[in-house]
Amino acid sequence: MASITLTNVSKTYPGAPAPSVCDINLTIADGEFIVLVGPSGCGKSTLLRMVAGLEEISCGEVRIADRVVNRVDPADRDIAMVFQNYALYPHMTVRENMAYGLKNRKTPKAEIEARVAEAARMLELGPYLDRRPRALSGGQRQRVAMGRAVVRQPAAFLFDEPLSNLDAKLRVSMRGEIRRLQRRLGTTSLYVTHDQLEAMTLADRLVVLNAGRIEQVGTPLEIYHHPASTFVASFIGAPAMNLLDGRADSGWLQVGVHRLARQDQLGSGPVTIGLRAEDLTPAAEGLAFKTDFVEELGAQRLVHGHVDGQLLVVAMDPAMPISAELRLGVAPDRVHVFATDTGKRIETAPAISRPAVVTA
Amino acid sequence: MHRIRPLDHLILILGCLFMLAPVAVAIMTSTHSAADIHVNGLSLAPGGHAIETYATVLSKRGGFTGEVTGATMAMNSLILGLGFAIGKIALSMLAAYALVYFRFRFATAMFWVIFTTLLLPLEVRIMPSYQVMSDLRLLNSYTGLILPLLASATGTFYFRQFFKSVPDELLEAARIDGAGPVKFFFDILLPLSKTMMAAIFIIMFVYGWNQYLWPMLMTTEERFFTLMRGIKQILQVWVGSQIPDYNQAFALAVLALLPPVIVVVVFQRWFIKGLTESDK
Repeated sequence: MASITLTNVSKTYPGAPAPSVCDINLTIADGEFIVLVGPSGCGKSTLLRMVAGLEEISCGEVRIADRVVNRVDPADRDIAMVFQNYALYPHMTVRENMAYGLKNRKTPKAEIEARVAEAARMLELGPYLDRRPRALSGGQRQRVAMGRAVVRQPAAFLFDEPLSNLDAKLRVSMRGEIRRLQRRLGTTSLYVTHDQLEAMTLADRLVVLNAGRIEQVGTPLEIYHHPASTFVASFIGAPAMNLLDGRADSGWLQVGVHRLARQDQLGSGPVTIGLRAEDLTPAAEGLAFKTDFVEELGAQRLVHGHVDGQLLVVAMDPAMPISAELRLGVAPDRVHVFATDTGKRIETAPAISRPAVVTA
Repeated sequence: MHRIRPLDHLILILGCLFMLAPVAVAIMTSTHSAADIHVNGLSLAPGGHAIETYATVLSKRGGFTGEVTGATMAMNSLILGLGFAIGKIALSMLAAYALVYFRFRFATAMFWVIFTTLLLPLEVRIMPSYQVMSDLRLLNSYTGLILPLLASATGTFYFRQFFKSVPDELLEAARIDGAGPVKFFFDILLPLSKTMMAAIFIIMFVYGWNQYLWPMLMTTEERFFTLMRGIKQILQVWVGSQIPDYNQAFALAVLALLPPVIVVVVFQRWFIKGLTESDK
């Protein structure tokens, strides 16, 4: 068990004009489950691989359990990694795959056996111990890859998009398994994914990356309810937050001619207004919304349409009748305001504290 | 999709006959006596001298020194074949390992230099090679026979392509599992390359087994004679009224055919796998 601290970590590939990962500062507490999330190419995998020691650190410092590991071999960093394509040794049985790392560390035979047996029991791999990876399904291979990490009893688990090769249903169940396992072992974990849903459901804290920089760090609900920028707002949550061009004018936030909410702190000028699809409700008066088409999801329906020529998605109760034109209202405290030029959040009313569900 | 097409089969059958006929003729003719062959020419019917001919070929001491038997020659050919195959695999695997997994300057340039030598046949460098071996006093030795031909561009090329197809994550997983370069090679890469090694083994064994020019240059002592030279030797006795031992030459040729056939049959399943699929 250990904490991981990143201080001013950057990575510049030789010949690249700009750093791929830039000036990252992050402290991961002991036992915490941190998810790095961002679009492809945002540097999240590079960051993870720098922690693993598979990628050289251009500048900055990585500490695992208060030991600077910049120049430490991956094998000696006391970490275990789960790869996207599992990276199981094809010629070894499941048992040998899990034991290989321990064998290289000269762990006594009896202990290897005990640990493998324990991991196999935990991951329900018992019947497959003598099979080759080839003879296993995707989900089973994934569990073997996790077993290989678990038997090592490392200070930290590193996951590099471990679920993206699985089909949707399996992904959901494996997600649960990873979470359960991590809770049970209490091992510090760093998890990379591009799937915001996976990120939301797994993380104690989320780190949203964009173009090699940290956009926001926070619990899933903090990030969902208080996105620090338009990038985070549009990346986290499905459907993505609606971002509308609006303006602040004489104490009102407006989209087109419709006044959304009172706002005294802002001067006059253009702003970007963020509205979550589920925060919009039909009202007697408000935004004039023209319906284009409807996506039925069962529990709710997503109504796509536009307001003043700007696209907008509204989540609605399936029981609610839809007409070609609707009026939409929103609670004033659910209106997010961002600067149009920088995309940064503008705190309007005193930040409304929401009872974030405490993650145990 | 898979209709039986008579024409295709006809072509295949003709092809088989075309390939097999000379072998059949050689086998059948080798069972006749030398005089018989001299009078009647090649034959497709079995004669009655099979056992004695083959026994003679294997055990009769021949040559100028009267020391070489067919068995010695077969043994020499075998040493050459195995030496080539094993040596080339070991050398080209290590070379490819260095080229693929170690970052050093000019690695790509070096690979292309190696690759270009693929285009040069042995004959081009046969004189300098001979000179070097002669200076090293390695003429008339197995080392001299095998060593200069061990560097194999073909092998290096195949192994390089294979190693490149092995996913990088495997290396990374092994690194995290605490395997250094040597351990990774022996624990992971070597077992994965089995099919590739089988393929190269077949090619190189046959190549070594069939060597003719190089052994002829390198060795003057008869105890180093290979089967290929033996066959030639038998037919070189056309002195006076002697009839060459055609039957023995054929028998020797048939014997020379067997080991490569056995190697191919044993390794063929791996061979095909090695050349077609990257086994992962």
